Amino acid sequence: MGVTKRYGETVALDRAGIRIMAGQTHALVGRNGAGKSTLVSILTGLQAPDEGEVRFGGEPAPRLTDRDAWRQRVACVYQKSTIIPELTVAENLYLHRHDLNRFGLVRWGSLRRKAAELLATWSVDVDVRLPAGELDVEQRQFVEIARALSFGARFIILDEPTAQLDAAAIARLFTRIRTLQEQGVTFLFISHHLQEIYEICDTVTVFRDARHILTTTVADLPHGELVAAMAGEAAGLAESSARAAPPGGAGVVLGVRDLSYGDAYREIDFQIQAGEIVGLAGAAGSGRTELAETIVGLRAADSGTIEVAGRAPRPGSVPDALAAGVGFVPRDRHHQGFVPMMSIADNATMTVPDQLGEAGLISGRRRDRLARTLITNLAIKTPGPGLPVMGLSGGNQQKVVMARALASDPRLLVLITPTAGVDVKSKEFLLGKVEETAARGTGVLIASDELDDLRLCDRLLVMFQGRVVADMAAGWHDHDVVAAMEGVRLDA
Amino acid sequence: MPEKTLTPATENAAPERERPRIRLARLRDFALIPAIIAIAIVGQIVNPIFLQGDNLINILQTMSEISLLVLAQTIVLVAGKMDLSLESTFGLAPGVAAWLTVAAGSGAGLGLLPGAWSIPVTLAVGVLIGAINALLIVRFGLNGFIVTLGMLIVLRGLLTGISGGQTFFNLPASMLYLGSALWLGVPASIWLCLLLFAAGIVLLGFTKFGRALYAIGGNVDAAKAAGIRTDRVLWTALVGASVLAALGGLLMSGHLASVAAAQGDGAIFTVFAAAVIGGVGLNGGKGTMFGAFTGILLLYMIQNVLTLAGVPAQWIQALNGAIIIIALVLSRLTGGKVQE
Repeated sequence: MGVTKRYGETVALDRAGIRIMAGQTHALVGRNGAGKSTLVSILTGLQAPDEGEVRFGGEPAPRLTDRDAWRQRVACVYQKSTIIPELTVAENLYLHRHDLNRFGLVRWGSLRRKAAELLATWSVDVDVRLPAGELDVEQRQFVEIARALSFGARFIILDEPTAQLDAAAIARLFTRIRTLQEQGVTFLFISHHLQEIYEICDTVTVFRDARHILTTTVADLPHGELVAAMAGEAAGLAESSARAAPPGGAGVVLGVRDLSYGDAYREIDFQIQAGEIVGLAGAAGSGRTELAETIVGLRAADSGTIEVAGRAPRPGSVPDALAAGVGFVPRDRHHQGFVPMMSIADNATMTVPDQLGEAGLISGRRRDRLARTLITNLAIKTPGPGLPVMGLSGGNQQKVVMARALASDPRLLVLITPTAGVDVKSKEFLLGKVEETAARGTGVLIASDELDDLRLCDRLLVMFQGRVVADMAAGWHDHDVVAAMEGVRLDA
Repeated sequence: MPEKTLTPATENAAPERERPRIRLARLRDFALIPAIIAIAIVGQIVNPIFLQGDNLINILQTMSEISLLVLAQTIVLVAGKMDLSLESTFGLAPGVAAWLTVAAGSGAGLGLLPGAWSIPVTLAVGVLIGAINALLIVRFGLNGFIVTLGMLIVLRGLLTGISGGQTFFNLPASMLYLGSALWLGVPASIWLCLLLFAAGIVLLGFTKFGRALYAIGGNVDAAKAAGIRTDRVLWTALVGASVLAALGGLLMSGHLASVAAAQGDGAIFTVFAAAVIGGVGLNGGKGTMFGAFTGILLLYMIQNVLTLAGVPAQWIQALNGAIIIIALVLSRLTGGKVQE
């Protein structure tokens, strides 16, 4: 399968080409705005190129209107779900291809049977009668892959499939990709996690500023050069400089005692000093997210106490937690992080309405002034504070969420997977900001399973199945942390 | 809201917990059945004639016309749109037919067409209104809520205009037939209502068209990606809904042997209430035709019980509003999910 394509003088893609060999897993990397999404929509036939052409296995691509022909050649599993949550898994698989009886009515029984067989063929273990909205991200991706295969497509584009998966699910996804690859399926794998590319891909193509930069086999490309090709400069993900240990006795900004919450976690005890960065490592389902959300007041613990800077906010009350000095970067920015249609200024200052004017009125000028400070401070790329957040790239959106958390000058900053779906450069920047904030005396808690996020921590608490199983000082080894997150004891 | 699926990590915990959830989802269809039975028992205690055949037929007869609006609105709601103008179509379509066919001299009639034309004219007006709605909403991409709100006012005004604010009487026989005939001793409008709902259940549950409506209402991009011609489906749904509203209006006119300038005025609130109580989501992709039917049935049974209990007519309206809210609370309790 060879795909060549050139594209007009547009900004989105400038005469970029890619050639994907059948049976390979091909990585496509590039920073946000490098033209990856444009390429994907051209490869899946959603947009026509202004110039150049797409060829599948030597044949010219079908016309854009011939959706069926496209679907037999290529399928894409997008970050955003293309399933219909209210319908069952079976119906999602065979949507608009329902089995009809001779009266033209849908034969539900045979539809369910076919769907179950399809999933069994590709060993996807999901009950086809469930509403698709109840699947988790991992199951949803498998269902979407199975659906693509059922059309006869043997070329599948995975757009950041691992962004919302935990380590165990990623491992399962990779096993599946390898199995399918052996069965002759070709993958185009888009990811921000370079480690994954080394793990799973044969070939890698780098795009930058709408241009094709290089294509080579993964094995021939050292880590540093790959990052350099993406960034356009010889800058690796800077190894975190040894941080000065926080001054002792600076005061406790967060004290957690005996905290328990349903099945999610039990008997959690820890403290964070002012200026300290503490990592809360754990796989999805380990309780780390629930614990972090309890601290910011999104959930109320069943028992135990939380003290922020010497005062105990009312459990389950976000306003009270904010008032006590908590800044919060939630887990999923699309879900809890911002209001897409509101401006950057409105979003960034959402946590601090009191600073914007008297008597409950909001002064536009004061808001924009504060927003401009935040935009400069976080280097958000935007023409002005009035732009709706949905117009920004992923990295800049995450900066807006960060700005919102920092707007209130928090004493304690809580971040949950703060760099999910963010390009390398923005990631470095965001983590740098975290360090800067800590240097000014704010205590920081980072809940994540992403080792890059945790690298700057002074101390690491590892959670497994709802308990803190390890407390590691800076200088930990990656494999110790991963082992602890997966509940494996290396020394046993 | 696809984001919902990205949430709790606790979800991948116990597969054995998934079974009851399926049953619960199916039960949602029948959520109002216990309430209907309860009202039947209460009604029987309040007044022993409640469960007698005549009274039951009376309930079905009074709801048959408006239930066609519920049927129409359900089709539109499942596809993720709204059509407020249905209540005006309900009045205008038979109004235009009466205007053209009623002999000149009696009221505002023009007498331009013979009486046999009344039914085709009614339905044609329905098609025309639906096509205008679809043109504005689907073709030009205008906000459906506002478009149909505007249409509601325009169409109501047109009916007032052509009738001079008066009521059309002396309707041709063909207009009276469906609303007044008895088939096997039961009013034809009841038969039509039940038949159309049965057809609606099949349409939404068992045809490609119906499932396309759910797909569009649930996630329009996914529906497009699955090869559904979303625009065409929406056109059909909006035009079909208008025609059903016109037919409902025809039944009403036949039943009352007249077309009042205010026919259908305010009905849309009851229609929405019935659909939502019956489990149809206002954001699309959710609900069934059977649920919508139980919704309207429940509302009318309660009204009937109130009348039988001798509640003064002046209080019925306030109680109706309260009932809608109480029914929503009950369906929130039985359905369990937050209503959008």
